[in-house]
Amino acid sequence: MSFWQFLQLNWPELLLLVRQHVVLVFIAILAAVIIGMPTGILLTRYRALRGPVLGIANVMQTIPSLALFGFLIPLPFIGGIGARTALVALVLYSLLPIIRNTVTGILGVEPSVREAAVAMGMTDGQVLRQVELPLAMGVIVTGIRVATVIAVGVTTIAAAVGAGGLGVYIFRGLRQYDNNLLLAGALSAALLALAADFFLGLLERQFSFEAKRRSLLPKIALAVGVLLVIGGIVLSRSGDPSSSARVSVGSKDFTESALLAEIVAQMLEARGVSVERRFELGGNLPHEAMVSGTLDLYPEYTGTSYTAILHHAPIGDPRAVYDQVKQEYASKFNVEVSPPLGFENTFAILVRGDEARRLNLKTISDAAPHAPRWRAGFGQDFMSRADGYPGFSKSYGLKFAEVREMDLSLTYIALSSRQVDLIAGNSTEGRIATLDLFQLADDRRYFPPYEAVYLVRQDSVTRVPALRDVLTKLANAISTEEMRRLNYEIDGNKRDPKEVVREWLGGRGL
Amino acid sequence: MPQDGTKDSAKDSLVQFHNVNYSLPTAANIISDLNLTVEKGETLVLLGESGCGKTTTLKLVNRLLTPSAGEVLVEGRATTEWDPIALRRRIGYVIQEGGLFPHFTIARNVGLVPALSGWDQARTTERVRELLSLVGLDPDRFAERYPRELSGGQRQRVGVARALAADPPLLLLDEPFGALDPLTRASLQREFADLTTRLGKTAILVTHDVREAVILARRIGLMHKGRLVLLDTPERFLASDHPQARAYIETLKLSDGGGK
Repeated sequence: MSFWQFLQLNWPELLLLVRQHVVLVFIAILAAVIIGMPTGILLTRYRALRGPVLGIANVMQTIPSLALFGFLIPLPFIGGIGARTALVALVLYSLLPIIRNTVTGILGVEPSVREAAVAMGMTDGQVLRQVELPLAMGVIVTGIRVATVIAVGVTTIAAAVGAGGLGVYIFRGLRQYDNNLLLAGALSAALLALAADFFLGLLERQFSFEAKRRSLLPKIALAVGVLLVIGGIVLSRSGDPSSSARVSVGSKDFTESALLAEIVAQMLEARGVSVERRFELGGNLPHEAMVSGTLDLYPEYTGTSYTAILHHAPIGDPRAVYDQVKQEYASKFNVEVSPPLGFENTFAILVRGDEARRLNLKTISDAAPHAPRWRAGFGQDFMSRADGYPGFSKSYGLKFAEVREMDLSLTYIALSSRQVDLIAGNSTEGRIATLDLFQLADDRRYFPPYEAVYLVRQDSVTRVPALRDVLTKLANAISTEEMRRLNYEIDGNKRDPKEVVREWLGGRGL
Repeated sequence: MPQDGTKDSAKDSLVQFHNVNYSLPTAANIISDLNLTVEKGETLVLLGESGCGKTTTLKLVNRLLTPSAGEVLVEGRATTEWDPIALRRRIGYVIQEGGLFPHFTIARNVGLVPALSGWDQARTTERVRELLSLVGLDPDRFAERYPRELSGGQRQRVGVARALAADPPLLLLDEPFGALDPLTRASLQREFADLTTRLGKTAILVTHDVREAVILARRIGLMHKGRLVLLDTPERFLASDHPQARAYIETLKLSDGGGK
């Protein structure tokens, strides 16, 4: 599909993401100005505060954005998932340029002018409002301009905490290895940054009394810019208000999870329930969001719940794992576990197909002698979790020449292009077949069972009875082969997940 | 120490310095033991080289600074007892290059103190036109311009007009003509002398230019290293034997000699 075709097909969604992006940036900058300018003014009055406050604002800016989101998520009131967390982080990032330029601008007012103002009998407030602020305004707007351009960039990361915006396309593009998505997200963000820079540049010129030749054109352009922003905000507010039969469906940040969530979402919508999609949340976010009540349901794997959430040592019996998870989720989190969906998505230890045939490899044990000559590529998740790399390498006595930590979705390509020789992928990954990769059998039964299930809050089932009906219908409804095919439709054939799900549901009479 | 000999006539004096010291924690005394009375209607010129404390003396009058010891009286009341805002609005202040607000029009610059004092718009506008005419600037041409569109001499005129706007009894001028070319300076000095005489204003003017001091002053106060070393009329100043005064008078003769 060409980029142009992609744009024509996805125009409405792209526009929605742009709008979300603009709204996030606009609100964040507005709040940062409301907080930052008075703070800056205060710092010009109390010299002793200047070092510490600017220092703190400086440190804020050096925290990587993803890490800052991570810190904020568990906090009450300002944390959680969605736009609120993103806004808090964005405001923290935007404060430094605004505070610093307010201080610099005011302190940069010529001393003789300030002295004249005092000597004329102006009060401190009059000096500030009539002399210092007007003269500093150009510098302050420069600070706002810098903060805005930075915020447009940082907002792309906000998609990781479910705040929406153009980052949704960028993250999805990275995951699905889809250049059209990446390009649409990144290009739009860049254009937004340029537009913000241009309009705020005009505003800056309005405040520069040196260039007093005020023509009408910049004013008109400025007015248009302001109207666009306000219009965007008004339009984005026109979403339907929450009804009692409203369900918030979440997913993790990979194709299969989003697909499973979309299945439930469409089935609920078919039953007249309005659905809020909170897809593509990173790490343990969906779990935390569900426990805190912002999410009603998301797809999960029993093994993940068993080890990563409940912190048990991995075991091999699927029945025991399922029962244990069901019982502990009910007592600890008031969360219900649906019947298994019929397939497992376990870690698949993969090598290239030609390599497997040449060396006659069938199991992981077969491969162990070759490991010292091999480079391995693992996702961050596999490297850190209890049932991941440390136990795995010990269990099979594996010693690799090199272990590279990289993005999970990139490991498949890295393997097929011989950058690495062994990876830990997902067993339902559609590209296993298309890239001619070979899954080595887990002959020592190291990996715990990863049966796909839905986790749902008990009070949500009570509130929306349709949920029970949907979950019962989906019991044992999807086989591993079917899941692989669905994944490939999206990752390989680059089809729209909603369409793929609609087609599948239609074919199954669900 | 020279004294003016009019200690008992406090009712005719506008500003009095009583044993004033001014010092900063980091430096030696900037002003030492200053006693001085400024009579109503006179122009007193404080003469001295850079760093001698003459500008500091000026700032003690409108309470941009307060004395470390002693007191400064304005209209018989110590500056520390005045409400600083009220005090400053009764004192016109002119500094080098005018210290005009670059983002205000000339009219708004001149009308600033009246506006701050709550005059209505019509009265302020009327007063601004009157003052611009007074300092020789055509109100129709200049009122709506910005300071950077004016020459140095014109800006200085606006500075004087602004200081006079609320009709204050006292003017403080800190090297008001310092940055101007000699011809403009000479004509502005003449006009200023006329103006103060005509309006009956009391003025304290600071300069390092002895020629300016002689032209404008009713009395010259010579300052050196934070002290007032001589205070007398220009005629008696020119005849003085004081070594500091002689040094200044020498420069005057030199430049006069060169001119003839």
